[in-house]
Amino acid sequence: MKGLQKEDYLKMFRQLFLTRHTEQTMVDYHRHTPITELPHSSIGQEAISVGTCFGLTKEDQIVPSLRTRGAFLAKGVSSNSMMAGAFGKDIPETRGKNTSHHMGSTEVGVISGTGVVGAHLPVAVGVALAAKLMKKDYITVAYFGDGATNRGDFHESLNLASIWDLPVVFVCENNLYALSTPVECNMKIKDIATRASSYGIPGVIVDGNNVLEVYKAAEEAYDRARKGQGPTLIECKTYRWRGHSERDPRDARPKEEIEAWKEKCPVKQFRAYLLSEGIASEEEIQEIEVSVKAEVANAIKFAEECPYPPSDILATNVYSTEEAM
Amino acid sequence: MKKMMREAIREALAEEMRRDEKIFLIGEDIGHYGGTLQITVGLFDEFGGERVLDTPISENAITGAAIGAAMMGMRPVLELMFADFLPLASDQIINNAAKMCYSYNGQMKVPMVIRAPFGAGMRSGMHHCQNLESSFANIPGLKMVMPSNAYDAKGLLKAAIRDDDPVIFFEHKMLYGTRNDVPEDDYIVPIGKADIKREGKDITIVAWGVMVPKALNAAATLEKEGINAEVIDLRSLKPIDEETITNSVIKTSRLLIVHEACLSGGLGGEIAAIAAKNAFGYLDAPIERIGAADTPVPFSPTLEDAFIPNEDRIVETVRKMF
Repeated sequence: MKGLQKEDYLKMFRQLFLTRHTEQTMVDYHRHTPITELPHSSIGQEAISVGTCFGLTKEDQIVPSLRTRGAFLAKGVSSNSMMAGAFGKDIPETRGKNTSHHMGSTEVGVISGTGVVGAHLPVAVGVALAAKLMKKDYITVAYFGDGATNRGDFHESLNLASIWDLPVVFVCENNLYALSTPVECNMKIKDIATRASSYGIPGVIVDGNNVLEVYKAAEEAYDRARKGQGPTLIECKTYRWRGHSERDPRDARPKEEIEAWKEKCPVKQFRAYLLSEGIASEEEIQEIEVSVKAEVANAIKFAEECPYPPSDILATNVYSTEEAM
Repeated sequence: MKKMMREAIREALAEEMRRDEKIFLIGEDIGHYGGTLQITVGLFDEFGGERVLDTPISENAITGAAIGAAMMGMRPVLELMFADFLPLASDQIINNAAKMCYSYNGQMKVPMVIRAPFGAGMRSGMHHCQNLESSFANIPGLKMVMPSNAYDAKGLLKAAIRDDDPVIFFEHKMLYGTRNDVPEDDYIVPIGKADIKREGKDITIVAWGVMVPKALNAAATLEKEGINAEVIDLRSLKPIDEETITNSVIKTSRLLIVHEACLSGGLGGEIAAIAAKNAFGYLDAPIERIGAADTPVPFSPTLEDAFIPNEDRIVETVRKMF
C-alpha cells in the first residue's frame, strides 16, 4: 500500500500476532486457572484495533470498548500491564482498581472505559471537544460494537460530534452479535454505517478482517478529523470467534458460521498476503512470531509473579486530594 | 452590597471565567438565551460561543462531553436545566465522572461542576421540582454542595469550580431572588464545611438549601418561647462536616434535621446516624427528622404547600422535643 514501508508491514503483523497470541494465551490460561478478569476476547477482530491504531501518534487518544485488547497494545500499553492487569495484580496504571479492558493510561493516551456498553462515547466526544477548544491537534478514536449503536449514547454522541465538527472517529466493530442476539434482531438496517447519514457525516464500510483496508479507511477519516472536517463513522464488518465472554454458556451461533469466519482469519490473511506479495519471507515472519510468543510468555510470568495490590490502598484516590473524604 | 442569589451565581461564573480560560460553560439554552432560569444572561456576550456552549437536548451526551473535556485539562461547568434531569445524566455522573480518578489510581482528574437548579414551590410539577441529593449521596468520587443564600452561593460555586473533582452544585429555585451581602472581593466558601448560621444552646437544627431560612425563622419564634436553637447550614452535602454537627449536638443535647427532600432515605438519616454515634451519651431526646412527604412533588398549590416542610412544622416538632 502507498506510503507503507516493509518495516510498517512487519510492525502491523507483529501487532496482529501479538493481539491474537495475548488473547489466546489469556483464554487458555483462564480455562485451567481462572484469572480475576473474565476475558472478553477479541479473537477474530484484531485487524480493527491494529489497522486503526497504526496511524495514530502518542498524543492521539483512544477510547476503547470492552473488546479492543489490540488497541491497548498497539497504542503502547505493555503486554505485562495488560496481562497482570487482567490477573487483578498491582500494575502502575490501575493498581488493581479497574479491570484491564476498561483501564486508562495517561502515558500513551488511553481513556478509561466503562462497563456500560456505549457509555464511553459521550466521553470521547468531550475528549475531542477539548482538542478543539484548546486548539490542540490530537484526534480521538472511539471503539464500540454493533450493540452499542442501539443506545442513545451513540446517537447523542454522533449528533454532538457532528454539529461541532469534532476531531473524533467512531469505529464500529460489527461482529454480527450483541451479547447473544444477532444484529438483524436489533436493527432494521443492514449496514450500521448508514446511521451516519442521520448526522450528516460520512459512514464507511470496510472488511474488518483486512488490516490494510481498515488502515486505509482510518487514514482517510483521520485526515478529515485533523483538517477540522469533523467525525466519521467507520463500520468494520467482522466476527468474534469466541462467545461474548469466557462465561457464555449458551452461545447459540451456528458452528458453520463460526468456521466460515475462521477461514477469514485476519492474522492468517495478512500473513499470507505478506508472503504472496513478497513483502516478507517465511523466516522473517517466524522470527516475529517467536519474539511475540516470548513476549507473551514473559507477560504471563510477570502476571503470575506480580503481587496483588495491598488492601490498604482501598480508599486511596477516590478523590484527587486525599483529604477530601 | 446586597445581591440576589442568581446574580451571585452569575458573578461567580463570570469572575472565574475571567481568571481561568480553561473554564467553559456547557448546557441547553445557556447561550444567547441565558438559560431557562436566566442565570447565564450576558455571559455569551462577554465570552462568546466557544466558552458558553449551547447544546442539543442530550443530557447524557453533554455530561459525558464535559467529563471528557475535563479529563483533557478543561474545567467545564455544566448546567442541567433542572435537577430533575440528573437521572438522564446519572450514568455519566455515576459511572464515569465519579470513577475516573479511582480507575486511574489518581493519575486522572475530572474537574467539573454540574449546576442543578432544583426544589419545590414554583408550582412546576413533579418533573421540575425534586430534591435528588440523596440519590447521589451514596456515590464515592462525587461531591455535592447546596447554598442557602447569595453569599454562600458565590463562594461555594467558586470553590466547586476550583476543585479537581466532580461537584454537583444544587441551586434552589426559590432562593434565586433572595438577597444578602455579597462582597466585591474574591472569596471562596470551602467544600466540606458546615456553617453555624445561628448560635444557640438548647437544640441543634441541621438544615440545608431553602430549609435554612425557614429554620432561622422558626428559631426566632422559638426564642420567644425560651428555646434557644442553634441552626447549622450543612452547605456541603458530600462530604458532610461531621465535626461541626457533633460539636453542636454535644453542646445542645438535642438534634432536629430538616430537609426538603422526601423523608424516607433522605440525608437526614445519615446525619442522625452521625450524631447518634458521636454524641449518643449527650442526647436528652430522640433525634427528630423533618422531610417532605413521601410522594412525588404535587402540582396544585394546596398540595404542594402541604408537601413542603414549613416553619410551623419545625416549631411544633421542636416544642415536642422538650
